[in-house]
Amino acid sequence: MKKGIALTILALLFAWQMISTFAIQRFPKPEFESGYITPETLLPSPRAEILEVLDVAVLLLALSVVTWAVLKRRSRNLVFWISVFSLAYFGFYREGCVCSIGAIQNVTMALFNGSYIIPWTVLVFFMAPLLFTLIFGRTFCAGVCPFGALQDLISWQPRTIGPRLNAVLGIIPYIYLGLAVLYAATGTDFIICRYDPFVGIFRLNATFGMFLFAGVLLLSGLFLARPYCRFLCPYGVLLNWVSRFSKYHLTITPSVCIQCRLCEDSCPYEAIEKPVTVKNPDSRKRMVRKFMLIVLLSPFFMLLGGWTGSHIHESLARVNGKVRMAEEILHPKRIAGQSETIEMTAFKASGKPAKELYAEVTGILREFYIGGWILGGFVGLTIGGLLAGRLITRYRTDFEPNRGTCFSCARCVDYCPVKTGTGSIEL
Amino acid sequence: MEEKQKGKQKEKMVDRRTFIRTGVQVSIVVGLGGLTALVARRTGSGEYVWQLDPAKCTQCGRCATSCVKTPSAVKCVHVYAMCGYCDLCGGYFLPETKTLNTGAENQLCPTKAIKRTYIEDPFFEYTIDEELCIGCGKCVKGCGAFGNGSLQLQVRQNLCDNCNECSIARNCPSGAYSRIPAGRPYLLKGFGKEKLDIT
Repeated sequence: MKKGIALTILALLFAWQMISTFAIQRFPKPEFESGYITPETLLPSPRAEILEVLDVAVLLLALSVVTWAVLKRRSRNLVFWISVFSLAYFGFYREGCVCSIGAIQNVTMALFNGSYIIPWTVLVFFMAPLLFTLIFGRTFCAGVCPFGALQDLISWQPRTIGPRLNAVLGIIPYIYLGLAVLYAATGTDFIICRYDPFVGIFRLNATFGMFLFAGVLLLSGLFLARPYCRFLCPYGVLLNWVSRFSKYHLTITPSVCIQCRLCEDSCPYEAIEKPVTVKNPDSRKRMVRKFMLIVLLSPFFMLLGGWTGSHIHESLARVNGKVRMAEEILHPKRIAGQSETIEMTAFKASGKPAKELYAEVTGILREFYIGGWILGGFVGLTIGGLLAGRLITRYRTDFEPNRGTCFSCARCVDYCPVKTGTGSIEL
Repeated sequence: MEEKQKGKQKEKMVDRRTFIRTGVQVSIVVGLGGLTALVARRTGSGEYVWQLDPAKCTQCGRCATSCVKTPSAVKCVHVYAMCGYCDLCGGYFLPETKTLNTGAENQLCPTKAIKRTYIEDPFFEYTIDEELCIGCGKCVKGCGAFGNGSLQLQVRQNLCDNCNECSIARNCPSGAYSRIPAGRPYLLKGFGKEKLDIT
């Protein structure tokens, strides 16, 4: 009888242990006789919040100063030194985080994920450069973005690659932006941060693969000016479009172009539009026909893109950890010959029923299916738009910066022999 | 006459361009403003930091390897208030240890980051040297399995870069990582009654 009670108590105790495996006081805290005082657990605080405000202040100040340097002072030298400062502050001191490029994902996530709370500083980092660009052109790229500054510093012998290749490679940022938004909206991953090549340099710490990527970009950056900005940067897509409608954009000459052609090859980013004065009515007719064809074909491009996107949505969704987990449970043979993965162990330990995971994954897959359609349609529209854009010839008499692709670095300004007094522009 | 018409057309052209430009400018402003208004409802007044929940943690060891910092910003934190001051510490000694001394062959910690100090018979104090700790969580596992669970993994906020996308969070198999308000940046677990008043 006694034995029975003892066993029951033991069994109950054992069961209790099984229920709460975490933080059980198996050994009570001793009462010390030697006067020992329990030390306090130190909990160092994170970076002070006032410093986050400082970041925003520095951002706004740097934007204002660089805009003034580009548009009012028209001084490449000053822009250069501001970009060195930005590289030091936002790059090496802040180690590339918080940045406007990555902020795209936070904003997207705040839009799509109700439980995510976006710090207001990140929202400012996203919005301020866009607003400045709408008024003054891409001065953010000229001297505030640490990525741009780093690449600008190392562009040693920039070569031109021609407008056609520029246009083709220029599609990549649109795809990158689309993917980044898709993955942020589904709460899967922040791919812009994950594949950020320069953050490893700022921190002098990265995986081998990322160092390799950064090395390739920097080496090519010696001969191809700003490869990341031109052919990868997803924030550049937004800035490009906003800058096209900017109110006061950098002009090469402060007053009147004297057609000296000194600035013709000054732009390492191939963003200077040459004068087009000869009108050819025959060519115009053919161009209009081609243009109309592309415009009419654009919906077809979008459908084709969307169809492709929706068909690869499962591959796209595989980036998501939950989707991978469900796949692992459903098809365990795919990774045969290996012992149980850490993920599987953790999933089993969590005690979550597989059905719950499947339901969640079904939802995620549906999101990716819709997202795949939108992403594909967006890419199709981009390709159609770029093709149509290539056919538009705008007649101009002077050398002008292309408002979309110009980084407002003010290199061309130095080449212009026209200097009027203070060199100010009409604002 | 023809020239006049051409001149008029040119004026019209300019007008159309300005019209489009202003229209797009206004719509961009409206768009950005709308986006700000939508997102601003989701802004927090304070900053957010990454932290791991020890209750969800399975001590897989990825905190040590996935952090962008070397060594990791995740460290073992000793909550002294929970410690049993055991002689046979599951977080300090390897399971097969026969003699309870500080010999290297007995220690669980790969970097010898835990210091064992004699207090009084039979109690020992265990202190983490965070300079040496790599956040592998081996001691945390040992302490949780055999002891009180007073050793817990935590992101040390003074070391953390607070990346936009925490690479440990991405690799964490148990989803223990989340963004928490910077005002209360630690998620240490205490006993039911003796709730720790430190976070």
